[in-house]
Amino acid sequence: MPLPSPRAAIHRQALSIAVAVGPFGVAFGIAAQRAGLRAIDAVGFSALVFTGSAQFAAVSTLGAGGGAIAAITAGVLLNLRSLAFGIAMAPDLAGPWWQRGLMCQLMIDESTAVGTAQRETRWRRYGYLCAGIGVFVVWNLTTLVGSVLSSDADSLTHDLGIDATIPAAFLALLWPRLADRTSRAIAVVGAAVAFGLVPIAPAGIPIIAAALAVVLDGRLAKSP
Amino acid sequence: MSDATVTLVVLASVTYALKAAGPLVLSGRMLPSRASRLVSLLPVPLLAALIVTSTVANDEAWTLDARLVGLAAAAVALWRRLPFVAVVLVAGGATAAARAIGG
Repeated sequence: MPLPSPRAAIHRQALSIAVAVGPFGVAFGIAAQRAGLRAIDAVGFSALVFTGSAQFAAVSTLGAGGGAIAAITAGVLLNLRSLAFGIAMAPDLAGPWWQRGLMCQLMIDESTAVGTAQRETRWRRYGYLCAGIGVFVVWNLTTLVGSVLSSDADSLTHDLGIDATIPAAFLALLWPRLADRTSRAIAVVGAAVAFGLVPIAPAGIPIIAAALAVVLDGRLAKSP
Repeated sequence: MSDATVTLVVLASVTYALKAAGPLVLSGRMLPSRASRLVSLLPVPLLAALIVTSTVANDEAWTLDARLVGLAAAAVALWRRLPFVAVVLVAGGATAAARAIGG
């Protein structure tokens, strides 16, 4: 007997993830507006860069006066993980080069998570595409909403605590990665490095320096 | 071009290259396992640093405000296994409440 089709389960996963990024998309639109970006640039980031945390890092670095080089560096460092996602998903994304080329733009945390959670190749590809397309549509629409909210949205952002939703979303993305001791240690050291550098280094540098905490991997593994 | 446009164009190009490298170029080959392990760990310190900077950084200074209350509330929500949307809403609500009470 064949395995039951996971189609319905994939639709549920993709839909709930797509809805979940909605507030984050609005928050990005607001962050872009606060950094002085035009709505078209904000949506440009969401359509062309299309990786949530790197967009936030780049835009908040720009907003803090860090300049283009620091903003690009922070974003690229955050996106190095796309390389790992690509290696993980490559066997499931076969096809003509132009198809692979289009599908690669959807290479984000959410699509890789839903894709790699399925057992058979065709459902891995289907899950990747459902989550990727769903998030792409919601992310771009909500970015537009956030970036055109009235300029009074600044005080509204403050009063409604929307500024606090950004670190909360980062924490929610980090949380599932803290299952093992090594990751927890790397997270703590990365946070401490960033905290220490905030008052003495230009915006963007604390994030880049924190990345070096990955070299702790393998040095902590000696004890159980 | 403005800093924002330069950042958009360069970051979009490099990001696309990173996304596409696996399926278009490396397919069939693998990174050395040590390198691929470090790459897969990178989001951990980067996200941890982003949490810190988006909570306490204000230009080149620390600012400790009600966002800390929101972050603590988010941690409790995650510990209670609430979904992503709820975590974000709890953090916003807790921060808004702290600001309303604190003036």
